[in-house]
Amino acid sequence: MGAITAHTDEHAHEAHHHHEESFVSKYVFSQDHKMIGKQFLVTAIVMAWVAVIMSVIFRLQLAWPHEGFAFTNFFLGDKWAPGGVLDPNMYLALVTIHGTIMVFFVLTGGLSGTFANFLIPLQLGARDMASGFINMLSYWFFFMSSLVMLISLFVEGGPASAGWTVYPPLSALPQAIPGSGAGMTLWLVSMVLFIASALMGGLNYVVTILNLRTKGMKMTRMPLTIWAIFITAVLGILSFPVLLSASLLLLLDRTLGTSFYLSDIYISGEALDHTGGSPILFQHLFWFLGHPEVYIVLLPALGITSEVISVNSRKPIFGYRAMIGSILAIGFLSFIVWGHHMFITGMNPFLGSVFVFTTLLIAIPSAVKVFNYITTLWRGNIIFTPAMLFSIGLVTTFIAGGLTGIILADSALDIHVHDTYFVVAHFHIVMGMSAIFGMFAGVYHWFPKMYGRMMNTKLGYAHFWVTFICAFGVFFPMHFIGLAGAPRRYYSYSEFPMFDGVVDLNVLVTFFAITGATAQIIFTYNFFYSAFRGPKASRNPWKSNTLEWTTPVEHMHGNWPGPLPVVHRWPYDYSKPGKPEDWVSQVTPLDHDEEEEH
Amino acid sequence: MTKLLILCVVVLGILAVAQLARVYELTSRLRGKREEDISPADNRMNARLMWLFCIAYFGFFLWLVLAYHDKMLPLAASVHGAETDWLMDFNWWILLIAFVPTNILLFYFAGKYVYNKDRRAFWQPHNNKLELIWTVVPAAVLAVIIIYGLNSWNRITAPASADALQVEIYAKQFDWTARYPGTDGVLGASDFRLINGSNPLGIVTPESVAARLTELAAQIAEEDSTLEHAVLPDDKADELHAHTERLRRTSARLVNLRTVMELDIAEKGAASLYLHGADDIVTKDFHLPVHKEVNLLIRAQDVLHSVWIPHLRAQMNAVPGMTTVIAMVPTITSDSMRTHVMHDQTFDFILMCNKICGASHYNMQMPLLVDEAADYDNWLTEQEKKPFQPPATPPATTPADTVAVVGTNEQAAVPNNEPN
Repeated sequence: MGAITAHTDEHAHEAHHHHEESFVSKYVFSQDHKMIGKQFLVTAIVMAWVAVIMSVIFRLQLAWPHEGFAFTNFFLGDKWAPGGVLDPNMYLALVTIHGTIMVFFVLTGGLSGTFANFLIPLQLGARDMASGFINMLSYWFFFMSSLVMLISLFVEGGPASAGWTVYPPLSALPQAIPGSGAGMTLWLVSMVLFIASALMGGLNYVVTILNLRTKGMKMTRMPLTIWAIFITAVLGILSFPVLLSASLLLLLDRTLGTSFYLSDIYISGEALDHTGGSPILFQHLFWFLGHPEVYIVLLPALGITSEVISVNSRKPIFGYRAMIGSILAIGFLSFIVWGHHMFITGMNPFLGSVFVFTTLLIAIPSAVKVFNYITTLWRGNIIFTPAMLFSIGLVTTFIAGGLTGIILADSALDIHVHDTYFVVAHFHIVMGMSAIFGMFAGVYHWFPKMYGRMMNTKLGYAHFWVTFICAFGVFFPMHFIGLAGAPRRYYSYSEFPMFDGVVDLNVLVTFFAITGATAQIIFTYNFFYSAFRGPKASRNPWKSNTLEWTTPVEHMHGNWPGPLPVVHRWPYDYSKPGKPEDWVSQVTPLDHDEEEEH
Repeated sequence: MTKLLILCVVVLGILAVAQLARVYELTSRLRGKREEDISPADNRMNARLMWLFCIAYFGFFLWLVLAYHDKMLPLAASVHGAETDWLMDFNWWILLIAFVPTNILLFYFAGKYVYNKDRRAFWQPHNNKLELIWTVVPAAVLAVIIIYGLNSWNRITAPASADALQVEIYAKQFDWTARYPGTDGVLGASDFRLINGSNPLGIVTPESVAARLTELAAQIAEEDSTLEHAVLPDDKADELHAHTERLRRTSARLVNLRTVMELDIAEKGAASLYLHGADDIVTKDFHLPVHKEVNLLIRAQDVLHSVWIPHLRAQMNAVPGMTTVIAMVPTITSDSMRTHVMHDQTFDFILMCNKICGASHYNMQMPLLVDEAADYDNWLTEQEKKPFQPPATPPATTPADTVAVVGTNEQAAVPNNEPN
């Protein structure tokens, strides 16, 4: 403890002196957690745009197959879109990179990276992260990883095209698909860098949360955002190394001729040397990360939502301890469910039935969370900030996507919907939309703290309602396309008359997709304009209890000018009876006869 | 020009939004309103929109169900499919019971409890009884779902009975091949190193092993002589050398296979799987008899594929290096599907690929004909008579091709498409 106290004193000292920093150390190689958080966010926004444009290109193809579009040609040129008609290999590349960027770069790096970095020290009352230097490295590894992924879009043969799950042998054999050449190698290199970044970040988050909480900030007084980020970080630390091994072994299969995943392959007129490997092994390793990854993406969004719903309902989050319990339960269960991605891969059916059981158990803590959100709204005093709208949006997408998850987790039913558009609908709603809504909620809510300025509320409303409606317009009809049996990752359905009845839905979906994508221009504009020119924010614009709102509006190293705040109560004393205001900051001491609630 | 126009439209659009936002901002600054103060009018508007959205959401859902329910898959044409169809409906009703009330409550509360500065929110940090209820009730419902689901799953995945018809489905980029056992009723062994134009599935028989070894020996000899006599650039020579080495290794492995085969035959006699391949029927047509249990043995040549026959609710991956299995009993013939169910004489059951496998993944299909037993027998007898027709499009490059291209010029123009 001594070391930590000394450390904080030193910072307090520094803060008084206000030494000027150079541009590079302030904005580029910054070790300040707030700047690092913002760097993650801006990088994620750029990456998200790349992925969104890709999705518009393949949505055009799906709605009007084999037709030429100037839009497609504009981005892909004559090589991959001669006359504006998308090349089938490029189609697969686009869905692959769209998935990779969205899952890893936007919803993992962007979401966790931004809010873990930004919020942990601020909400726990710490001067900074445990290791500012490792934290900086974590961002720059993420940056390099993003850069490598973007470079892979321009190599001969195109980027990785084996789907974001990069199952071998397709991803291992350049003979099988052009994207499995240099593009795939760069994909793997990018992932290795990404995982290094995620691990450095994750360790830092866990250490900071366990060791650097200010006086009085017991674990049971932490805001639910921090609880969610904490479990997310633990999940990442335990599961990302497995993906690292999987990627390295795949790299070895590709370059050194090992046979971890390859066996008995005859391709391009030749029998390959590989024997004894198993493609199923890769799937086990991949999904051992891949399923916790779903919760790595989702939990921070749920944490943000818990905070935002409570603040804007002016009501304590209902069942604080049950919420923590369900985060823990989801975190634990997420490690023993990965096989539900593999019911029909030839895995032993008995093993499959074990995974059915564990997977369906996750529905219980998820249901508890949903009911608790709804009860928090009940008899609240609801203020519709854009953040609040996105949080309510998250709850409904979480309901819709969570319920279809029950169909997919039931192995007997999975036979019908596995790898069809039903799956696409399910995970885009429960993971994609929920997590991105959580991320938007977080950005709108903490923007005043990040940039000291306010985002435009009216534009926020427009952004939310268009996005919300389009999200359902895009993903709801996909359930029906899937139940009609249409496989995912098909370049076109025109070869199958049996899907003629539902392909017109693809036009509807594409219409909503383009509108929804356009709506993101509103957000991007609002974000960047407000960061520079928005009206100045007050210290605590949402009248929120948590510690970050006790810091000055102008950012400073060390976060608090004086000594660190001392915490006296849990973060959810909203509308507590007997209090003059409908909020009580965590730093307000308890009255002598007041009981602490939680 | 179009690009320029599109760019202009985008830029102008952004500018328009920006100007509108500026106007709004200036007016609110004039009124002395702070951005974080959400006006009662804004709160009310969003509350109303919440309700409106809820209605639109259910309306959209209902419209999709009404407009598209008859475009979903028709009733399953297999025994297990009928069971999972029932299970699917059963689950849908449970989910609907959870879906509708939770959404109604969510949007109703969101719209009802709008901010009012004269009111305090209800202080209610927790309620153990309520929380217990909504932990136990979902748990109980899930128990029911799990029990029914696993019951079906165990029945579906149980091994096929001994007298089930064995049919092999073989996947490669980008087509399917079926293999039926001959009169012996048993599928012979297979090995990927035996694959060539005349043996596309690599069926192992003493003859096929011998033939392939001879073929390899000839290839090796040819490449050796090219290496010795032709003048090649260094990298081409290295490439060819590596190729020859690989052929030698393949050849050595085949010699091992021959030994294993001979031992197996010596031990098991006529029961050896190595003696059952000769009469296997390899065909591009896929027929199954109705009401007869069939055990599909699925193999892949190059990358992952997946057998997906939507109308039979049958799906199983094809994995290079292992055989996967799915058993089923078709219940409706193609003919009765055409006349009685689909009212469409062009209807076919389709086997399609459902695991991303390359550029033509989206068109990797094979029609399936489910016949009356007698028709099926007739078809099979016909197949026995005619030898397998190799596919119209041969593998992209055969080793012989490579040699021809890098080796001697006069051979370069002659593609080696014909099976040896």
